[in-house]
Amino acid sequence: MSEFVYLYRGGRRAETPAEGEVVMQRWVGWLQDLASKGHVKDQGQPLEAEGKVVRGRTVTDGPYPESKDIVGGYTLIEAKDLAQAAELAGGCPIHDFGGLVEVRPVMKM
Amino acid sequence: MDVEERLFRQESGRIVTALSRMFGLDNIALAEDVAQDVFCRALEVWKLRGVPENPSAWLMRSAKNRAIDLLRRERIARKLEPELGRLLESEWTLVPTVNEFFSAESIKDDELRMIFSCCDPQINEETQVALTLSIVCGFTTSEIASAFLRKRSTIEKRIERGKKSLAKSKRLFDMADGELTTRLSAVHRAIYLLFNEGYHGASAETSVRSELCREAMRLGGLLLENRLVSSPVTYALCALMWLHAARLPTRLDRKGELTPLRDQDRSSWDASLIAAGNDLLDRAAFGPDLSEYHLEAAIASVHSNAANEDETDWARLVWLYDMLVTIRPSPVVELNRAIAVAQLKGPERGLEAIRSIERGEELALYPFYSAALGELEFRAGHAGSARKHFEAAVALARNRVERRYLEGRRDAVR
Repeated sequence: MSEFVYLYRGGRRAETPAEGEVVMQRWVGWLQDLASKGHVKDQGQPLEAEGKVVRGRTVTDGPYPESKDIVGGYTLIEAKDLAQAAELAGGCPIHDFGGLVEVRPVMKM
Repeated sequence: MDVEERLFRQESGRIVTALSRMFGLDNIALAEDVAQDVFCRALEVWKLRGVPENPSAWLMRSAKNRAIDLLRRERIARKLEPELGRLLESEWTLVPTVNEFFSAESIKDDELRMIFSCCDPQINEETQVALTLSIVCGFTTSEIASAFLRKRSTIEKRIERGKKSLAKSKRLFDMADGELTTRLSAVHRAIYLLFNEGYHGASAETSVRSELCREAMRLGGLLLENRLVSSPVTYALCALMWLHAARLPTRLDRKGELTPLRDQDRSSWDASLIAAGNDLLDRAAFGPDLSEYHLEAAIASVHSNAANEDETDWARLVWLYDMLVTIRPSPVVELNRAIAVAQLKGPERGLEAIRSIERGEELALYPFYSAALGELEFRAGHAGSARKHFEAAVALARNRVERRYLEGRRDAVR
């Protein structure tokens, strides 16, 4: 088994609490399913949209160049290989909301 | 899914109430923004971390933190009433003061006070109900619009007007106010309308409607818990809701089809709700007030305690309806009385009673008026006339469920 990070990028926020609840339940369902198959190493954390960008000595506030690229959260995943990790990411509900999952292998020493 | 949805409903009401007591009723928009924001953020976290064991406490805690944050950063305290403003501006007293606002006890009291604020007799009844649903019950404007078959923009305007009127007082209604008794009747009426809309209303969506009934019962329950307002009339109103709710699962069957009392499977009525309803009705029977709720609850209790239609005490029902007509004269009540008369003395007498309804023309657009005529004409052996009345009833049906039921009755007349 190898480790991968899922970076959740972009995707529009739910417009009403009711819609948000449906979306939330789908995420919970998806991650629970992955966890039950032993793929979730760490469920990760959601991230605030705002922050600082530090370049050398210059510190600037967000916004980032493209808001659709903002990383909204991450999860640490275990999978056989990159292909499997990518396939599992296909089930993520983010795809229905205009977002994407970036799948990055954790570098092995 | 269902659990979280109800969770937001309840918690949003509580959060908005606690915050608007703190910020003042004129800042209710801010309170609502905070509640919405807290909930949306919670969903973002729960997406990845899963729903916590006690989501309700979680939401309250984060609303509290958000309030503290706002008070520190935005310097809102300066705009508040001086006494409270001082407490919230000083770092020494800020957190304990906010904690007090969010304690379970004050939230419960405040929720009740908020209901009384919304049911201001200065604003019309429909607006009171819409306002209560929006602020205390956390319904969205579209949900309220769909429950009352109104345009979204109509409800929006109504709520806006209601909020402006709320803002005039800044503070939540004071339960020690001399106006309490008048307000209490307005609150009873609003809860009654809310429940009725769920029970008899025209919205075709069963889920919305049972939600309305549930909210009405929750608000009724809040009244029961407070000794200042748990009057005999409050008991009567709750008895009425409990007894009706016991029949709710059979009234609309699993497919959402309307089933008349006669055909309902009485063994599926909720026995514990009936028992609780009868108990509430007993407790309503003290003091000098005989309200319309007492009578309606008594009527519901006669039905709930009868094994079937034949064993129903129709004489008592006619007597109760007679009194109800005196207390609250309305063509719909008279129509129901006429149906009871028909059961007791035969369809011809029932038809006579319908014909002599005062202001009967107000029923012209009510599908169950034509349906009742059809029913009684049919029983009196006038199939042709019965069919015509059912035909008219079908044309007046307000939704799919009503239409299907009435078409069924029409087609049964041969």
